[in-house]
Amino acid sequence: MRHHKLALCGEHYAEWFVDSTQRTIEKYKMFDRAARVLVAVSGGKDSLALWDVLTRLGYRADGLYIGLGIQGDIAYSDQSLARIREFKEKIVPDATLHVVDIQATYGKTIPEIARASSRGHGKPCAACGLTKRYVMNRLAAERGYTVLATGHNLDDEVAVLMQNTLHWQTGYLARQAPVLEASDGLAKKVKPFCRFYERETATYALVRGIDYVYDECPHAVGNLTNFYKTLLNQLEAESPGAKLQFYVQFLKARREGFFNAPADRAALHACAVCGQPTTAPGRCAFCRMWNISSTRDGVITAADIAVRGEDAFDDIETRVAESVDVSGL
Amino acid sequence: MVEITFRNKKFEVKENITARDALKKLNIDPESVLITVNGKLVTDDVILREGDVVKLVAVVSGGSAIVQSCNCAIVR
Repeated sequence: MRHHKLALCGEHYAEWFVDSTQRTIEKYKMFDRAARVLVAVSGGKDSLALWDVLTRLGYRADGLYIGLGIQGDIAYSDQSLARIREFKEKIVPDATLHVVDIQATYGKTIPEIARASSRGHGKPCAACGLTKRYVMNRLAAERGYTVLATGHNLDDEVAVLMQNTLHWQTGYLARQAPVLEASDGLAKKVKPFCRFYERETATYALVRGIDYVYDECPHAVGNLTNFYKTLLNQLEAESPGAKLQFYVQFLKARREGFFNAPADRAALHACAVCGQPTTAPGRCAFCRMWNISSTRDGVITAADIAVRGEDAFDDIETRVAESVDVSGL
Repeated sequence: MVEITFRNKKFEVKENITARDALKKLNIDPESVLITVNGKLVTDDVILREGDVVKLVAVVSGGSAIVQSCNCAIVR
């Protein structure tokens, strides 16, 4: 690790990684020992490593997998679920894995709903992001989890930061943080790996023998975030530590008030159908996209939603939708 | 020769060069991969020997980590 001027063997690397995660959790006041943590898992290196580390640290951490119905040539969703189930049995047997299958619940896969709706201009990423955020938040709230943890790493954070900086999206910059506090029905969200380079989380997964999905979502290939990651890697190769400095100094500037959330931020209220927080009048974006109009008791309860495993769901729109990149989940 | 596997593709480079030089020859961004030789994770200064089994593990989510090169030039 040139940026830390540190060279460790496998055993001590794993120790360093776990200890560093704990320091990040404490530094940003993410959660304490009493918390019930829900880890959003995709089957990739970051999320599985996160579940592993939190469990090793003694936190009560359960997993949530959202079956998107994205297969491509590599049976992506099927492969992801198989890896997660294997991981769960071998590494965290006492934890609970929640599995929400989107097609079984709503009748369509993510690529199908993306084609059927006008979101995303033919790409399923917008529909996917909206659906994942909704499911994560709603499940966390309805199952009593204190906090929702995602496996975003430093490279993810810095790529988004660079995009937002190049476009001077000051509203988004104001909301990019390791912790998004709970508010108005939105679960608290944390990113305990936000200071780890992507290659550090991959190294940890290899050292720990975690069998993860090497392939990423077929729809992620060639996306803008990866383009920025490639550019930032070139910078890092010339100047070790550049990515970490960029992020850490941004957080310092943010803390000092250089980026303020817009004063006229739209207020959240309950969706007329599902009851989840939304800025839209009437139905939330999720209910509109999925064309859900049942208003039995005004709220869709967990019992209304068929889920494999256990479970139920949120929506977010502006406040969180814009600030939480879930493309890697 | 040393055979290098990356994203289900096989490449060949001459032996007795460092892993970092091998990546350069293949136009692979060194920040975007982890290097394993004979099943062990190694640093990029390791010398690759004849018969080594080299596998690269992609760490960048999604797209290819191969930097596209071409022969474009400004003609004056």
